[in-house]
Amino acid sequence: MSRTWALRKQKPPGGQGAAGGTATAAGRRAPAFGAQNPLDLLRRRFHSGELGSVPVALGLIVVWIIFESLNENFLSPRNLSNLTVDIVGTGMIAVGVVFVLLLGEIDLSVGSVSGLAAAAFAVLTVNHGVPEGLALLVAVLGGTAIGAVQGFFFAKVGVPAFVVTLAGLLGWNGLMLYILGVNGTINIDDKGLLAMLTSYYFNNVAAAYGLAALGTAGYFLVSYRDVRRRRAAGVPARPLSEILLRTGVLAVISLAAAVVLNQFLGLPLALLIFLVVLVGLDCVLRRTRYGRMIFALGGSVEAARRTGLNVDLVRISVFMVSGTMAAIGGLFLASRVTSASQTSGAGLLLMDAIAAAVIGGTSLFGGRGRTWSALLGVLVIQSIASGVALMGIRTAVQFMITGGVLLIAVVIDSLSRRAQKAHGRV
Amino acid sequence: MEPGSALRRPTPAPPLLALRGISKRYGAVQALADVELEVRAGQVVALVGDNGAGKSTLIRVVAGVDSADEGVIEWDGRPVQITRPHEAQDLGIATVYQDLALCDNLDVVGNLFLGREIHRAGVLDEVEMERLTLDLLDMLAIRMPDVRLPVASLSGGQRQTVAISRSLLGEPRLVLLDEPTAALGIEQTAQVLDLVDQLRERGLGVLLISHNMGDIKAVADWVAVLRLGRNNGFFDVTTTSHEQIISSITGATDNAVTRRKTPGWEVQP
Repeated sequence: MSRTWALRKQKPPGGQGAAGGTATAAGRRAPAFGAQNPLDLLRRRFHSGELGSVPVALGLIVVWIIFESLNENFLSPRNLSNLTVDIVGTGMIAVGVVFVLLLGEIDLSVGSVSGLAAAAFAVLTVNHGVPEGLALLVAVLGGTAIGAVQGFFFAKVGVPAFVVTLAGLLGWNGLMLYILGVNGTINIDDKGLLAMLTSYYFNNVAAAYGLAALGTAGYFLVSYRDVRRRRAAGVPARPLSEILLRTGVLAVISLAAAVVLNQFLGLPLALLIFLVVLVGLDCVLRRTRYGRMIFALGGSVEAARRTGLNVDLVRISVFMVSGTMAAIGGLFLASRVTSASQTSGAGLLLMDAIAAAVIGGTSLFGGRGRTWSALLGVLVIQSIASGVALMGIRTAVQFMITGGVLLIAVVIDSLSRRAQKAHGRV
Repeated sequence: MEPGSALRRPTPAPPLLALRGISKRYGAVQALADVELEVRAGQVVALVGDNGAGKSTLIRVVAGVDSADEGVIEWDGRPVQITRPHEAQDLGIATVYQDLALCDNLDVVGNLFLGREIHRAGVLDEVEMERLTLDLLDMLAIRMPDVRLPVASLSGGQRQTVAISRSLLGEPRLVLLDEPTAALGIEQTAQVLDLVDQLRERGLGVLLISHNMGDIKAVADWVAVLRLGRNNGFFDVTTTSHEQIISSITGATDNAVTRRKTPGWEVQP
């Protein structure tokens, strides 16, 4: 494609102030990026509405400092370790919500779907004697199928996603109550596969340290290779110092986490699975054509359609991801309490999952967000819940704090969106 | 089209795009009636007309968004069928719509390669796409602050140049521009017109809808006037005055040449 262009390459007509044209191409590119200092970059990012995870990271630090100053047990290895397991269920659901939010849509059924998945697993294994592995598979694929149905009504029939998934919220909750039957609560084998998901810890200290080292090294290698390829191609690249700085920050955080986890029971299996899912889906979103389609749809449906993208298919697939992640999250939640009951997936779960995605920096307006926002957002929410519980305050206070944090997150989202518009079309 | 081809062949090369007797009806509305139009390679043809004259319909027919009820579209002298947008793209017709159809949240590179991303082992090859983007922008002498900024933070003129550059990635031979300078300031309009000049110099055909006589005088070689869905004149810009073109748009004059060329012409009531 580019070859023909290169052949046709000719001197641009003079006299139009084209500033050098092709001759200085390489020379012009380098300073355009290299001259930016980090502060400049941050300011520009703020103006263009791309603050990313800076606000939520600051928020998390503030929350931790406040609760630690109120109760010194808050940052104890035991509490932090429990926190990393507690976040997984809601966090998995929130990752699915991020996908839907990227389209600028919403999925209100995730709570009910997670409860249904847990109930289905419990009924299959306990009442019908189905092997746990098979039941897990059925429960997760059930979530996928539910997502496909909801996606179909949204994409093909044209019912607003809000209404489709509101119907789902009621309907799937009803189905869960129906299959649970009169008992209401089914206890799951607490030595079984599902229970292990959240009760297994890698006691060997090498596991947590190894993961920290592996993650840091992986990040550095990927970034470094990218810089080398960019330099070879003559494309602006991040300075090596920035990469070293980022790697250093990541190394400190992951090493600190490893130390803390090893002081309690070691690396939790649930956390490992969650991180693997986050990295995997982050790659899907940012490094594949499919992910690019999702972002494009969130930016402009019409623009995406005109490039020949199959809008309906992508929409349905995104709801399938959301349904699948909701089911997985529900199974982790059931694993934590080793039971499925009538309250599974009810209450604040839906709100927490959506709030986590938004607090983490995923835009409600579509087109902006990352899977990591689910991790950061759910950390904030779960930290508040854990801190409030430690201090023995009523949950009423927890609701009010979480509500306030959510409001702040949405205000930041709206303001950065406005800043972006004002910056662009003056 | 190489300059040598005219010497080797006794007859001039056929026009890149030729519309012969194109008619299009939407229900009771005759949007286009017997329209003739030719665009040659290396030529900028401005398509002008009052609101409802059929300019946009004509663009849609050429772009394959709508298909004509009657008439023939010739490409390189051969009749072709254009019934879907990708058929037009396959021929080498690129369209830049008035609303630009950019994804505000994606950066310049993402928008340029939207729908034709480059892969490397199943993963998007951002480096290669960025390199090609910078090459293309350099070649077109477009200055862009940072190709990794979301296009929402670009100015109107920059957005327009992104949209036009994107249409060029597919190696088109004809570019349709629907009011590229509407809603742009003076400086930004100049940028876009420079770009149109470049397209011509690269031997592309350009069909440009515009309402702005100044722009037309600045970049177009020919002006095709539509009035009430019919041809109402085809002028050489260098030898025609503003007044002539405008009176042709408003219907103050019916063009004698077109009347002669299109049989069955009737003066609209």
